[in-house]
Amino acid sequence: MSAFSGSQALWFISRASGLALLAAFSAAVVLGVAARLGSAPKRWSRLALGELHRTLALFSVSFLGLHVATAISDPYVTIGWAATVLPFASPYRTAAIGLGALAVDLGGAVLITSMARHRLGYRGWRVVHWLAYLAWPVAFAHSVTAGNDLRIWWVALVEEGCAFAVATAMVARLLAWWRVPAERPLR
Amino acid sequence: MTAGPGPAAVRLRVNLIACDGRGLCAEALPELITLDDWGFPITSDRAVPSRLLADARETVRACPKLALWLECG
Amino acid sequence: MNGNAGLSEHHGGPQAVRPPGTLPRLLPAGAGASPASLAGHLARYGPPPAGLGQRERESLIAEVARAGLTGRGGAGYPTARKLTAVAAGHAPVVVANGTEGEPASAKDKVLMTWSPQLVLDGAVLAAEIVGARQAVMVVHPAARRVMDHAVAERAGARFDRVRIRVRTAADRFVAGEASAVVHWIERGVPAPIASPPRVAERGLHGVPTLVQNVETLAHLALIARYGAAWFRSVGTQAEPGSMLVTVLGAVREPVCAEIAIGTGIGRALDLAGGRSAPLQALLLGGYFGDWVSATAAMDRPFSSAGLADLGAGTGAGVIAALPAGACGLKETARVVRYMAGESAGQCGPCRFGLAAIASQVERLAHGRGADLGLLHRWLGQVDDRGGCAHPSGVVRLIRSALRVFEAELRQHAMGWCCGTASVLPVPPGRSR
Repeated sequence: MSAFSGSQALWFISRASGLALLAAFSAAVVLGVAARLGSAPKRWSRLALGELHRTLALFSVSFLGLHVATAISDPYVTIGWAATVLPFASPYRTAAIGLGALAVDLGGAVLITSMARHRLGYRGWRVVHWLAYLAWPVAFAHSVTAGNDLRIWWVALVEEGCAFAVATAMVARLLAWWRVPAERPLR
Repeated sequence: MTAGPGPAAVRLRVNLIACDGRGLCAEALPELITLDDWGFPITSDRAVPSRLLADARETVRACPKLALWLECG
Repeated sequence: MNGNAGLSEHHGGPQAVRPPGTLPRLLPAGAGASPASLAGHLARYGPPPAGLGQRERESLIAEVARAGLTGRGGAGYPTARKLTAVAAGHAPVVVANGTEGEPASAKDKVLMTWSPQLVLDGAVLAAEIVGARQAVMVVHPAARRVMDHAVAERAGARFDRVRIRVRTAADRFVAGEASAVVHWIERGVPAPIASPPRVAERGLHGVPTLVQNVETLAHLALIARYGAAWFRSVGTQAEPGSMLVTVLGAVREPVCAEIAIGTGIGRALDLAGGRSAPLQALLLGGYFGDWVSATAAMDRPFSSAGLADLGAGTGAGVIAALPAGACGLKETARVVRYMAGESAGQCGPCRFGLAAIASQVERLAHGRGADLGLLHRWLGQVDDRGGCAHPSGVVRLIRSALRVFEAELRQHAMGWCCGTASVLPVPPGRSR
């Protein structure tokens, strides 16, 4: 009985931290785009927004750690540590978990290059940072396929809210790129 | 070079080609950085005082275009 | 081949050719002479030193240092120092800068067109000195054909151990800046690159790069043959040698001529047939240079030392004469607007500041009431802020105009202007 409720607790924490992770990651993406486009109101501190973007990204990493650790430790399902980073290595719900692993790989690349960006140089850092635009949809797909909680109304609300916010940000980013294709005038 | 202060003078420098005029640096270090009329940072040639060195390093880290650096000597 | 490497004070053994005793040294001696073929070039100057070993390279650098050769691109940096810096690097490359983005200057075009072999000698020698296997000649479009032909002649005669490539320069003012030339060759973008590191440490394709103006290389080619003492036999003690100048504006026959540094400005104007009208002012150096009043400058020597107290220098060797009937402020406004448009657009202060400054200077020039306080504020904010010297050069020009044309400023403030002529060459605007 206690093993079962322990497993339930782990599963519960895994789902909760997954949702928190999605929210934090989504907010980080929105703030990142806003920083790039300079679209925040002029009175708002650019510095604060930039630091918030960074902080939320780091929070995401913490939530991710909790989410992954509790999911793997849960004795009720067999996922295995390898499936954390190797997509489609999980015997349990291979595709859904695989998407999660893919998101971890992409996000991990973004994280590591951001931590080393002064050594990497701007260009190298920027190219990898664009993977965030890929990591988010993959993570979202994972949350929709691997999570069972969409029938709970507020979970669905959070998921829809995140999707809406990030989609808006990505469209804004695309429009900005389309309108100003050259970064530098002299070509 | 951003290792410890030491006796040599450390100056805050900006690469204006990389700079986009986002203005985070002037917020982070108003004692040493002001913005010109177009939003781009004006840095001083004077050495960074040791009490501001930690803030200067944070400011260098915070620049989204990696346009700031600390120069020794 | 000349066996003694041309370094001795006594101008060498029996095979050596007598060095030019008078000017011109770089340009052809007679008027209407056609560009020298390789054979004609060798007949006039003798063969260049070749097959330099380590000791010869070091002694050649020492000779260049003794000669006191400085860069003829406008910045005047000691050439020997640059050679030493690049020679210390691994697998360097030489870039000959014949871009001449300065509209008022014609000297590099003239030199490349009339003495291409001398420029090539200099580029190859520079390459041998620093240990480069390759020299890239970046030439103004007007000189491309002549340069290609000259390179082909040398290749046909298997003249050089160094490989020579020719590229046409970009047609922009800022394209002549050293790192912009490198950026142009490497990526087709004629815009300066951030330094540090400087191109002498990391330049073209990441290797140490010697970027040298074509006139400097031509002088190098002659110093290598005839020695430092010969080079110093004209010019001043502090600024030895000869230089090419472009004399234009209110003169009878605008000309590109070679003068000894320190030659009187009046004499330089005479080389252009003398003034065609009474003069009020001169622009010295180029569009990064300075205005000086005609009365103050006419008796001065054309040298940096001789012009220092007037706040001027020799710059890119431009001497532009402004007649009494023209308006110095209007000329300055035209030039400044052009220069603002020529910004590479990479640095905020230059891209936005120069445009704002140009608008103020135009208002000054057309008597529309400018805010002098705001202009001075912006000049101070833009000076020395950017990836290259472009904004500083424009600030310098404007400050000298405000000094020299102070009387006109007051007239303009009262809505009254003096002249309308367009004297200085300003290419038609481009859309950005």
